[in-house]
Amino acid sequence: MTPLLRRLRQDLFATPADGLVTVLLLALIGAGGFAVLHWALGQAQWAVIRANSTLFAVGRYPLDQQWRLWLLTALLAAATGLSWGMLRSHPRPDRGGSLWPRNDWMAVGMVALLSLALPSLLGLALPLQLRWWAIAALLLLLRWLAGRFGPLLPAPLKRCLPLGLPLLYLLGMVLIGGGLALEPVSPSQWGGLMLTLLESSFAILLCFPLGVLLALGRRSDLPLLRWGSVVYIEFFRGAPLITLLFLGQNMLGFLLPGGVAPERVWRAAWVLTLFAAAYLAEAVRSGLAAVPRGQLEAARSLGLSTPQAFTTVVLPQALRVALPSMVGQFISLLQDTTLLSLIGLMELLGTARTVMANPAFLGRNAEVYFTLAVLFWCCCAALGLGSRALERRLNPSTLA
Amino acid sequence: MARSPSVGPSPAPGLVTPVPWWRHRRVVPWVVQGAVALTVLVVVAFLLGNLIRNLTAAGLLLTWNWLGQPAGFDISETLLPFNAELPYWRGLAAGLVNTLRVVITGLVGSTLVGTLLGMASFSGNALLRGLTRTYVEVVRNIPLLLQLVFWYFVVFLSLPNGTAALQLPGVVLAKSGLYLAGFGDGLHWIGPQLQNGVWQAPLRLSVEFGALLTGLIAYTAAFIAEVVRGGIAAVPKGQWEAASSLGLSWWQTLIKVVLPQALRVIVPGLNTQFISLAKNSSLAVAVGYTDLYSVAETTLNQTGRAVEVVLLLLGTYLALDLFISLLMNGLNRLVQIRER
Amino acid sequence: MTSSVSPARTDAAPMIEACAVQKWYPNGFHALRGVDLTVQRGEVVVIMGPSGSGKSTFLRTFNALEDFQQGSICVDGIVLSDDLRQIDAIRQEVGMVFQQFNLFPHLTVLENLTLAPVLVRKRPKAEVEQQARALLRRVGIAEQSDKYPGQLSGGQQQRVAIARSLCMEPRIMLFDEPTSALDPEMVREVLEVMRGLAADGMTMVVVTHEVHFAREVATRVVLMADGEKVEEAPPEQFFTNPTQERSKRFLDQILISNP
Repeated sequence: MTPLLRRLRQDLFATPADGLVTVLLLALIGAGGFAVLHWALGQAQWAVIRANSTLFAVGRYPLDQQWRLWLLTALLAAATGLSWGMLRSHPRPDRGGSLWPRNDWMAVGMVALLSLALPSLLGLALPLQLRWWAIAALLLLLRWLAGRFGPLLPAPLKRCLPLGLPLLYLLGMVLIGGGLALEPVSPSQWGGLMLTLLESSFAILLCFPLGVLLALGRRSDLPLLRWGSVVYIEFFRGAPLITLLFLGQNMLGFLLPGGVAPERVWRAAWVLTLFAAAYLAEAVRSGLAAVPRGQLEAARSLGLSTPQAFTTVVLPQALRVALPSMVGQFISLLQDTTLLSLIGLMELLGTARTVMANPAFLGRNAEVYFTLAVLFWCCCAALGLGSRALERRLNPSTLA
Repeated sequence: MARSPSVGPSPAPGLVTPVPWWRHRRVVPWVVQGAVALTVLVVVAFLLGNLIRNLTAAGLLLTWNWLGQPAGFDISETLLPFNAELPYWRGLAAGLVNTLRVVITGLVGSTLVGTLLGMASFSGNALLRGLTRTYVEVVRNIPLLLQLVFWYFVVFLSLPNGTAALQLPGVVLAKSGLYLAGFGDGLHWIGPQLQNGVWQAPLRLSVEFGALLTGLIAYTAAFIAEVVRGGIAAVPKGQWEAASSLGLSWWQTLIKVVLPQALRVIVPGLNTQFISLAKNSSLAVAVGYTDLYSVAETTLNQTGRAVEVVLLLLGTYLALDLFISLLMNGLNRLVQIRER
Repeated sequence: MTSSVSPARTDAAPMIEACAVQKWYPNGFHALRGVDLTVQRGEVVVIMGPSGSGKSTFLRTFNALEDFQQGSICVDGIVLSDDLRQIDAIRQEVGMVFQQFNLFPHLTVLENLTLAPVLVRKRPKAEVEQQARALLRRVGIAEQSDKYPGQLSGGQQQRVAIARSLCMEPRIMLFDEPTSALDPEMVREVLEVMRGLAADGMTMVVVTHEVHFAREVATRVVLMADGEKVEEAPPEQFFTNPTQERSKRFLDQILISNP
């Protein structure tokens, strides 16, 4: 017997019962796979996705203003390519790093494949397809340029580059919402994937500092800070998100002066932020608990002040330990944005509901939900993969 | 007065001059706490002040009289009898019972399925292991709400009706509901029967309940499987080796030796999952099952009593979480003591 | 001017002057029961005692890692008080080496050394790095400067920890059982570094069980038990002719396991 056959036999047919299980499972997988393929390629009517691709992407964003979103997409692609290239431009020879590791070639392949296949699968018009190709090309070009010439940039400029990311975020807000000589677009017209990403990125960015502060508060020696943090964290973790969103929509107006509450989209974004901060705090707390007390003592006995000791010694270690569970929370947060559809926002799931309410697409539930599931699955799995890669990069046998 | 302490004239050693309060190591912590407490108080007072002012202006000051007024809406599926003439509090109570119904059945179901999945991930069969892994990865990366509407709109609402319904001994699954055999008419065992094209049975569950329960179990089981897997993995490998060297089979080893030890790790993890299941049950509103949240939403729309309804909702869910935690802590103590 | 500083620092003034230090833990345990100790410049004082005798606690009061309720401590002319700025000032002058090394695992060896001088003393990075490399050469691990602590042996880690303290140019070094967590074959390399330091005239207070080190290097040995100072004597007298019954018992125990 060849090793492969022996291995197969050991793994799948070790005992008669094992063999029976294997055969049953194979039959199940075969039947299930066939049913899904039969449905997807034969019965499903994918026109509902093709006809509404713009709606799913940006909601009812005014057609004549959509160039702003194209510009934003291009900027995001450029920033991605630039950061990717800069990160790779300092290969760590001690870890077998190179300018073009194999994973990067796989990523390049994915970008190329997605930009070529997806627009044509969605049946976009040729000019739109060309735009996607151009955006992908821009991303890859900047990846190459930054990787090749990044190290030649003067050091002060290199240090300033990360500051571009928050600026880009603010610019994105302006591009989406208007202002600064751009025509305002009301948040009620935002929707689709754009709104999902906007809400989740807003909450992720803002819940991070809040969550770290709460975690520090919860582990503080000062009883008032500790109890305050505990009450906050347990309140937000104890209540279902939908009731908190409900609170945000119905009660926030009463809590602010003059009964004027911010736009629904922002109300929801703030509730998501406050909610996520409580969960993030618990993730960070477990990271803080993993840092031995001696670390703080050593830092203090070297003369570092408490804030210095926390920012340079304790937090870097704690966040590294907490990284996997933090990303886990971010993934949950991305998934939780679907709840916004229950309070009437037009994020992906909300858009799906309006699409299916259209008589032309009545009963196309399976196609729409299947597409959304694949989309969410890809985003969440990619986040998970990214977190594992970052973990490996940050964790080269450095922890004693 | 930033000055190196080692330079310049100063009082003789031993003569301690008073330390200014902003540098005093016992005073500063209290100042910090006071500042934080003051900020929080100011913010809370600001919000409460607005609340009272706005509620007074709207004529909606906190009262609970409305709870006794007739609700005026109906609930399609209740364990507690309810109709539109009964007061709001009866409606909310019926909603709470509906929530408890789905939470309790969900807890039992997801624990069973999750434990089986968790054990399967240690099977000797590579295909079974891989399939379990795939299931967990698929379910965890898709939003629960999306899964619930999928189960309801795509699976349960496309079930056939009448004679074409799925029939098993004592159980019938149709678009109109899930029909179960049971005692009816005194003490006769009665199975589901088709009468004039409509199924009849002693026990009928709605498809809304079925979809919600299925979705919650399928989702929570994936997380419980991970908890169980982690618990089993935490048992030292030597235990497996010792048991199999005594001649115990894989199954015997798992049930008699490994699981009892793994429970120590599993029970606290289950607590988290049970609480999140209880909270997730509030997504019932998306599939048309009338749970507490859904009744509360209707109540708010009819009465405009935002503050009272929100307080009731939050209080009830916090109490439910606390109850589950207390139960699980009791169980945890039991598991830990048995160890010694 | 509110900080209390001695009029002029002469070589005659003691480096540490602790008078009747009393400490209670929050749970009511009386950890230090009025301990006195004076350490002169250039002295090496070894504190010995059974575990739980309060010797580590006493050592840790010198740089305010532990607070105390009664008595006074004066370090290098600065009276320890509740003044946070003074506590920071004292910690800059006092180096501390821990039993568990407490190196920062996320920083390289070199970064471990340069962190505090750059952040606290605001010294230029290039200059500090040069000094750090010289110190690493001195403790015999020059070639490991770009490794992470987790990649070093215990003895190497403890030598890095000593170099890290030295990089702040302290006037006094405190050692809290520096060799207790080490494998026997690594104890020597750490003690070697400490001997070198003593020979260079560094003022040191060392909590340790190393009898040989105490005999050869110490100028005085202090025995603590149950939160009190039992005996204080030059090493020769302490080890051969202790005056207290408690000291004899302790020496009998320790000399059996550590001949």
